[in-house]
Amino acid sequence: MEKRSFDTLIIGAGGGGLRAALQLAQAEARVAVVSKVFPTRSHTVAAQGGVNAALANVLPDNWHWHMFDTVKGSDYLGDQDAIEYMCRAAPRAVYELEHFGVPFSRLDTGKIYQRAFGGQSRDFGGDQAVRTCAAADRTGHAILHSLYQQNIRARTHFFDEYFAIELLQNQAGYFLGAVAMNIASGEPLLIEAKTTILATGGVGQLFRTNTNALVNTGDGMAMALRAGIPLQDMEFFQFHPTGVAGKGMLITEGARGEGGYLLNGDGERFMERYAPNAKDLASRDVVSRAIATEVREGRGVGANRDHVLLKLDHLGADIVSKRLPGIRDMVRTFLHIDPADTPIPVYPTAHYTMGGIPTDRHGQVVVPVQQGAEEPVPGLYAVGECACVSVHGANRLGGNSLLDILVFGRAAANHVIEHLKQQRYHQPIPADALEPALQRLARWNRQGKGESIAGLRAQLTKTMEDHCGVFRNEEVLQEGQNAVLALRERLREATIDDHSQVFNTARIEAMELENLMDVALATVSSALARRESRGAHSRIDYPERDDQQWLRHSLFNLDPMKMDYKPVRMQPLTVDSFPPKKRTY
Amino acid sequence: MNELARVRWKCRRGMLELDLLLGQFVGHGYHQLDPAQRAEFDRLLDYPDTVLLEWLLGRIRPTEREIVRLVDKIRAAAAP
Ligand SMILES: Cc1cc2nc3c(=O)[nH]c(=O)nc-3n(C[C@H](O)[C@H](O)[C@H](O)COP(=O)(O)OP(=O)(O)OC[C@H]3O[C@@H](n4cnc5c(N)ncnc54)[C@H](O)[C@@H]3O)c2cc1C
Repeated sequence: MEKRSFDTLIIGAGGGGLRAALQLAQAEARVAVVSKVFPTRSHTVAAQGGVNAALANVLPDNWHWHMFDTVKGSDYLGDQDAIEYMCRAAPRAVYELEHFGVPFSRLDTGKIYQRAFGGQSRDFGGDQAVRTCAAADRTGHAILHSLYQQNIRARTHFFDEYFAIELLQNQAGYFLGAVAMNIASGEPLLIEAKTTILATGGVGQLFRTNTNALVNTGDGMAMALRAGIPLQDMEFFQFHPTGVAGKGMLITEGARGEGGYLLNGDGERFMERYAPNAKDLASRDVVSRAIATEVREGRGVGANRDHVLLKLDHLGADIVSKRLPGIRDMVRTFLHIDPADTPIPVYPTAHYTMGGIPTDRHGQVVVPVQQGAEEPVPGLYAVGECACVSVHGANRLGGNSLLDILVFGRAAANHVIEHLKQQRYHQPIPADALEPALQRLARWNRQGKGESIAGLRAQLTKTMEDHCGVFRNEEVLQEGQNAVLALRERLREATIDDHSQVFNTARIEAMELENLMDVALATVSSALARRESRGAHSRIDYPERDDQQWLRHSLFNLDPMKMDYKPVRMQPLTVDSFPPKKRTY
Repeated sequence: MNELARVRWKCRRGMLELDLLLGQFVGHGYHQLDPAQRAEFDRLLDYPDTVLLEWLLGRIRPTEREIVRLVDKIRAAAAP
């Protein structure tokens, strides 16, 4: 097998991976970035809203208020040291972007434009703050392109369209790089590295209806799991109530803000039953659960009664095209209907993965050791949506994830730079370290008839939607876990027809499904175990938050399959802790 | 076959909207294109996601005639 050596291997070329790569390349480290799609097609490109930083360009603001909002938003499950670190680092992260060439929108004063987002307050829960910095409606695109250009200039080495298969590890548990496959040629490549950073993004593709790009299959999370690293807080998945049914694209709250409302199969405005006051503008989780309940109880719309309707036509064509032009274009393109005349079929859509690979605030992957404190895993880091630092806890605030990837991408790189000073040489790679990767590749060369990958993937995402979506209770989750275990077994017997080498995307899709299966098991198992409702995880059978028993992080281990827990880090770095309070807005 | 697979992978984008529109087109309309049009489609895929999104959702009309024609085909292939 061909081998290449670097100081640092970064798997993933989204904002998190590229921010880390730039820091390393500028420090003269030899850094390689592997990405299964061309870097600027990473999912970060989809972020439109913006990135949070208390710049106080519009209204008074400071990092401590931002910190409060983030802790409260996390439903007190976020680690307060990491949150303090992130909120303090936010202004610098934004000014650095400006320096890298991100064309932020401007206020009349010439300062960076900021907009208001949900969950932002002044003075620890007071009036609305204005904290989200934006480059028009393409902030993610601007960040990704600027970072990519800067990396090219700094001579970061890119392996474009390479699929990372498995991490490499020696007996002592030291991580040594990864095996990747050149998608164009089908050839495996051993990438040896003194440190490896996972930056593979989220896993929205777990659910049938989601807002994520198809590439978001949780590959890094699954590789970590199989390498013996637990996944943290996987039960916390953010859903948005109004996605286009069966397709997933997000329809902003703005549509209901303008006077749109939801209807079930009987033509009933059902939100009046669930939230007599706020009705259709009740909080995201309440509306999502109401929709799921209507469908479960047979009051859905359509041939399969599997969605509800979002009605806008009563607003008139004028309002719809003036205030909601993006939605009108999108719905016309995909559904061939005009929302100004016809209601839109909608269903809750999976949006953001709060959980992931456990790390400390330096991006080092950490695992519990015996009963004692957790310890860093030598040579392995994780940043971005695939990681769980944990700054989002049980619920992420809009505009905080772009901030997360930038701040911790940089922090991880700085830690790696220090580490590289001590780690001058590569450690030898034992021959058996390659075995798991080689077995995975060989496995998909098996001939014969088996179930199709596409069919199994559809069943998995439907199972996750029905059994681990917004409607959760013991029975539904237990059925879900059984179903995922059964599907995972069936995948072992599946085969693909195409055994060619060049651009064999069938093989990539098969390996992506293996990754989805492992992460699905982590998600449904963690949700089954957590008997309380907190943030995005709401259990019909345990509707209250239970700080006594559950103010702690979940850890899911794959082999042997078991749950473990660790305390939330309630102590910030320099300020007083924010103790848990009831979360009301 | 390999050429189709390469193009299919190039249709994997950073946004769900593009994944769906381009994926549907490659599954259906693409095989009806002649070699010149296929080369044109390949070139279309070199544009950044944000540009493709505005064209394919019909917000902005591209200026090149060949691109306009392709964009119309892709939009027409978007099955409800
Ligand atoms: C529609 C939408 C809008 C959003 N808007 C906002 C917003 O306004 N503000 C905000 O803060 N957040 C927003 N978010 C969330 C935010 O965009 C993401 O959390 C963030 O961009 C994730 O960045 P990342 O670097 O972790 O991963 P990604 O950008 O997802 O990058 C992952 C990288 O990993 C690579 N990769 C994955 N697996 C492999 C493998 N096996 N081998 C090789 N490479 C691999 C991919 O090719 C890619 O380069 C939004 C999300 C969505 C879905």
